[in-house]
Formats: sequence, structure tokens, C-alpha cells
Amino acid sequence: MAATIFLIVISAVFSQNFILVKFLGICPFLGVSKKTNSALSMGIAVTLVMLLATLVTYPLYTYIMVPLKIEYLEIIFFIFVIAALVQMLEKIIEKISPALYRSMGIYLPLITTNCAILGVAELLLVNDVSEIVSGVAAGINMNLGFALLYALCSGLGFTLAMLLMGGVREKLEKLPVAKCMKGFPITMVAACFMAMAFYVFALL
Amino acid sequence: MNAKKYGKIAYDGLVTNNATFKLVLGTCSTLAMSTSAVNSFGMGLSVTVVLLLSNVIISLLRKIIPNTVRIPAFVVIIATMVTLLRMVLDKYIPDLYDSMGVFLPLIVVNCVILGRAEAFASKRPVIDSAIDGVATGLGLTFALTFIGIIREFLGSGSFFGIQVTDFRIGFFTNAAGAFFVYGICIALFVFVANKAEQARRVKKMRVLRKPAAIGPLPPVTESSEREDG
Repeated sequence: MAATIFLIVISAVFSQNFILVKFLGICPFLGVSKKTNSALSMGIAVTLVMLLATLVTYPLYTYIMVPLKIEYLEIIFFIFVIAALVQMLEKIIEKISPALYRSMGIYLPLITTNCAILGVAELLLVNDVSEIVSGVAAGINMNLGFALLYALCSGLGFTLAMLLMGGVREKLEKLPVAKCMKGFPITMVAACFMAMAFYVFALL
Repeated sequence: MNAKKYGKIAYDGLVTNNATFKLVLGTCSTLAMSTSAVNSFGMGLSVTVVLLLSNVIISLLRKIIPNTVRIPAFVVIIATMVTLLRMVLDKYIPDLYDSMGVFLPLIVVNCVILGRAEAFASKRPVIDSAIDGVATGLGLTFALTFIGIIREFLGSGSFFGIQVTDFRIGFFTNAAGAFFVYGICIALFVFVANKAEQARRVKKMRVLRKPAAIGPLPPVTESSEREDG
């Protein structure tokens, strides 16, 4: 049990990092990582929505869609749940804390089309934990607790990658870069080196 | 007249506003699916099909969908198309279905599709939107296949699955290589586009200058040329 939890945490945060290894959520990774502050806000917002979305979509799929035999509608259901959640969260944050809303508000609508959220909801639709986390002994059934833990750690891994990239890009702005390499290309090359660093975790 | 307009829409989608290299949209699937040329070609065509269908339907419904709920409406239409595509692929091309894995349902959140729906299909007539969908999709397919060919050749020494050499660099098949090749490809595209733009500007200058040189106002040209010298 403890070993499974440990492996899920390590795998979701480092060795199977959503951005740098699985290529999910690259758009915000490239778009909102110019400053460390905005990268952190985006990371927290994504983690929150990921957790909430899993809390709704996993039971929805397991306890409603499977018994009714409407699994084939999962994409439509999930995207609707995520869009509704994001809208709701936006309104709640606006009411509770206007300051937080101002700093985070513009990123929230973007999260609907963030593939990391739909990706985590889709990835979790397995019967066995070992299918998504390598190293776990086969035969451990997926349940809501593991699903939530996986979602939380994926979100943390996402935030970590965003933060690192934000730091790298703040420095990158000041460097003299060839004209055609400015902007996306140099960011991609920086991401390449970060991905190499994270690849080492997968080898451990 | 019409042919010229359609040609421009197609050229914009294919080259000028190339989704992968110019706009840098839909990056997740580009990076993940370009491990081999066949996979990236399959992914590109799948996106093209969804793009064409969603563009046509959204364009047909553009006067019915209220402006305030257009994004949820677009997303539901796109999700329906992806669900259909998923069923078809599962039945007829199971190999591609398996290799695409989680990235097949993720076509729904591919920014290219929602982007074209919002920027083009929701404002233009059906035929324009259909051409735009196909052109954008093919532009993306070419770009993806280009990256796929490079990564497959360097990473596993094969070309569309046919083994060419034994020489291989594992770096190119894993995540880091994807970022690297994609970055270099964008830089190359920007470089070529800049050069073409420069050439066009020089040509334009020559065309503008020519009538002046042999035109009815020789003194002006002379003075300006003297200033240059």
C-alpha cells in the first residue's frame, strides 16, 4: 500500500511528468511560462481543476456510465464536466477573493482546452494501477483514492515543470539569440534539455 | 474570381498560417505522435477529418448558435466528431487506434480545431470553411509527417517503417528529441519564411523603381540616386 502510494507520487511528479515526458499541456507550458509568477498561478489553477475534474469524472464513469453502458460518450461527458467546473471555479474565485481572481482569472478559461485535464481523466480509466504507473505490482485495483492521488501529483508535476521553465525563460529573455531561433524555437530547445534531465528519473 | 479566393484560403491554411510551424498550435499531439512517420501521418489525417467535419457543421449552424454559448456548442460538436472518428478507427484501423492511445480523445482539445471554428468557420460560408478545414488539416499533416520522418530516420533508422540503416540515435525517439526536432523545424520554417519575404520585398522595390528610372521624371531619380551614392 505504502509502496504503491510512493510509486504513484514519484511516477506522476517526476518519471512520467505530464509536460516533459507525456507531452500533455504543452500549450500553457509554452504560452504562460514567460514569468515565474504567472507560471506558478497557472500551475496551481491546473492542479485544482485536475483534482476537481477527477473527483467528478471518475465516479461519473465508474458508477453511472459503465452500468448504463454509455462508455462511448465519455469524451462528450468529460469535456462538458471540465468546462462546467472551470466556469464554476471562475465564478467562485471571483466572489471569494477578487485579488486572486485578478492574478489567476485570465488563465482559468484557458484551462478548459488544456489537454492535461482531459488527459488525466482519460488516463485514469484503467482497471489496474500498474497500467499507468510502472513498477507497481499487477493486481492492485484502481479506486477513487488512487485516482485523486494520481491527479494531485500530476498537477504538482505540471506546476514543477512550469516553474522550472518560467525560471529558464526569464534568463533566456536577456540572452542574444539568433533571429530565427527567437521565441518558440529556443524555448523548445530549452525544454529539450529539461526533458533530458527528467528522462533520468525514468531510468532509475 | 472564386477560384482565386479559394486558392488564397487554401494557401493561407497550408503555408502562411501553417498551424504547426507558424501558429504553433496543437503542440501536444505533434510532439507525442511524431515518433514515426506513419503515426504522425495518421494523426494528421485524423485531425484533418475532424477539422473538415466540424468546420462544415459549425459553418452551417453559424446563424443558429447564439453568440454567448458558442464555445460550449463548438466543443460539443467537435467532441461528437471525435467520438465518431474513434469508433471508426477502432473498427477499421485498430493499429492506428492503439498507437494513438490517449491522444485520440485529446483531439477534442486540440487548439487548432477550436481555433479554426472560432476564427473562420463561425463567420464564413460552408464551402470556404470546408476548404479552410482541409487546407489547415493538410498543412498540419505535412508538418507532422516532416517531423515524423526526421525523428524516425534519426531515431530508429527507418523510413515509413522500412528499415534503411542500422545507424540510430535513441535520443530522437524519446521526449527530449521531440522538443529538439520540433524547435529546430520551427526555426527552419521562420528562416525560410524570412528569406522569402526579403526576396519578395527586393523584387517589389525593383518593380517600383523601374518605371521611375525610365519614366517621365528623370531628375527625381537622379537626385535620389545621388543621395544614395
